Amino acid sequence: MAESLHAWPFFGSGVLLFVLGLHALVTRPHLLIKVLAFNVMGSGTFMVLLSAAARGSGEPDPVPQALVITGIVVAVSATAVALALMLRLYPILGGAGLPPGPPED
Amino acid sequence: MEGMSDGLTWAAWLLIVPLAGALLAGVWPRAGRWIALATSVLVALLALGAAAQVWTQGPQVVSLGGWVPPLGIGLRLDGLAAFMLLVAALVGLFVGGYSLGYIPRDGHGERFWALWLWLWAALNALFLSGDVFNLYVTLELVVLASTALVALSGGAAALLAAMRYLMVGLLGSMAYLMGVALLYTQHGVLDLGLLAQRGGEGTAMMLAATLMSVGLMAKAALFPLHVWLPPAHGSAPAPASALLSALVVKGAFYILLRLWLTVFQDLAHPGVMQLLGGMGMLAVFWGGFMSLSADRLKPLVAYSTVAQVGYLFLAFPFLLAGPGGWHAAVFLVAAHATAKACLFMAAGNLQEANGGDDRLASVAEVMRARPLTSFALGIAGASLVGLPFTVGFVAKWILLQTAITSGAAFWAVGVVAGGLLTGAYVFRLLGPAFRPGPGRSGRPVPVLREGVTLALALVCVLLGFAGSAGLRLIAATPVAGPGG
Repeated sequence: MAESLHAWPFFGSGVLLFVLGLHALVTRPHLLIKVLAFNVMGSGTFMVLLSAAARGSGEPDPVPQALVITGIVVAVSATAVALALMLRLYPILGGAGLPPGPPED
Repeated sequence: MEGMSDGLTWAAWLLIVPLAGALLAGVWPRAGRWIALATSVLVALLALGAAAQVWTQGPQVVSLGGWVPPLGIGLRLDGLAAFMLLVAALVGLFVGGYSLGYIPRDGHGERFWALWLWLWAALNALFLSGDVFNLYVTLELVVLASTALVALSGGAAALLAAMRYLMVGLLGSMAYLMGVALLYTQHGVLDLGLLAQRGGEGTAMMLAATLMSVGLMAKAALFPLHVWLPPAHGSAPAPASALLSALVVKGAFYILLRLWLTVFQDLAHPGVMQLLGGMGMLAVFWGGFMSLSADRLKPLVAYSTVAQVGYLFLAFPFLLAGPGGWHAAVFLVAAHATAKACLFMAAGNLQEANGGDDRLASVAEVMRARPLTSFALGIAGASLVGLPFTVGFVAKWILLQTAITSGAAFWAVGVVAGGLLTGAYVFRLLGPAFRPGPGRSGRPVPVLREGVTLALALVCVLLGFAGSAGLRLIAATPVAGPGG
């Protein structure tokens, strides 16, 4: 990676976004924030992948871009399922906040 | 030697057939059950064919469309993959038969068939993938299909459990994908075989190994990342619980094992492997104690999955024991999958007969009047404990043998102590049924379901004779480095 210093801002901010998203996904109870946090984590991961496209000194590597496109498709599908579940849960919970702790059986 | 083949082979058909079945069942839900039945028989035959090919010709690498990695995406059909495909097919066949008597003929319950076939296609793809990014896609497919299966009953508890499961699943997948990104940054390839050749021990590799392992451990519900499992497996419909506990958690374990056998083999230091094994042992005891203190049937069986997954993680310290040290843990996958699927199916029968109530105290009455289901529960429980004449006994025996011959006898102590704990909660489950008291058969349960449950229990016994064949199949797995 030494020869591709221009990729570091992408790598660094990708990692930062990943960590921010992880923090929100774990600590925030609101389901919509969790879904958004998952997408922020995803964007961070995609940026790290994009920085991998700048490996070496030649032309950008097309493989990570193909991975990112596939990853976006997967993330959109997962988001759709999560939002559908959230809409089903909304009337039951009387809101979109996940109650703390797993339910006791 | 690895055989090379291209074009449409067993491996390719194992993906195409369940996928086609899922699509057909999705657009034509009325015929879902018959499509699913035909598909499951076909997939089981294909899995047998694939295993036979590995048995006779050794591991196969399939380059789809003739494109060779790193440009193309390869499928790997080796002993480990073939064994997992067979386990999925065996459990799938019985769960399918059981579901014929469980899923109502109309209403939105019929969506089960399409979801089940999606899950099966995703699992087959997971077992056959030879590429770390493709494995990510299959992980997500498995999570989405499983989430829908958990939520299928539509109750508040099921929806909440599905949501928690989805969140943990997505978190695990994303951690895994970040690991893939780091691996690609490091090596510029995604194929498992090519990554294995490059190996490496740098900081980036350690970070990738940590992210991917923790993500997969959360998906495999390894203690202390297990809290999502009991509500999810406990509130899903019985056939879905059986699939999730028997197969889905094993999918994450399979990828973890695959990675440590190939990509991360240079990082497999004793300390790290002992840590994974130690966490497995903690899971055995924590899951066991939680099972022992559960007062309802399905949570008891679900916590038992937390415990039994712990045993699988002994594969990691056994990696150091020499070639084939990990085979015993993989054989245990088959033992646990059959026993656990059978337990969830039996629990579903008893719960339905008891009017939806699965409290242990009241289920005992139903158990006394339903000998078929109770007998199945007894045999599957015995296999779970590892009592003689069951496949669970053979699996635990091989596990003990590996522990002792590898010079790490303290793992053997853990295996035996965990077995005693399993015995305690299985006995707690079965004991009341043998005590004299009033019995009632409760609400009607289709005979088909009780029959299929008992048949799977008998499979738990018959598989005990397949020990050496199973181990020979698993051994047909090319690994470099400490594993062989």
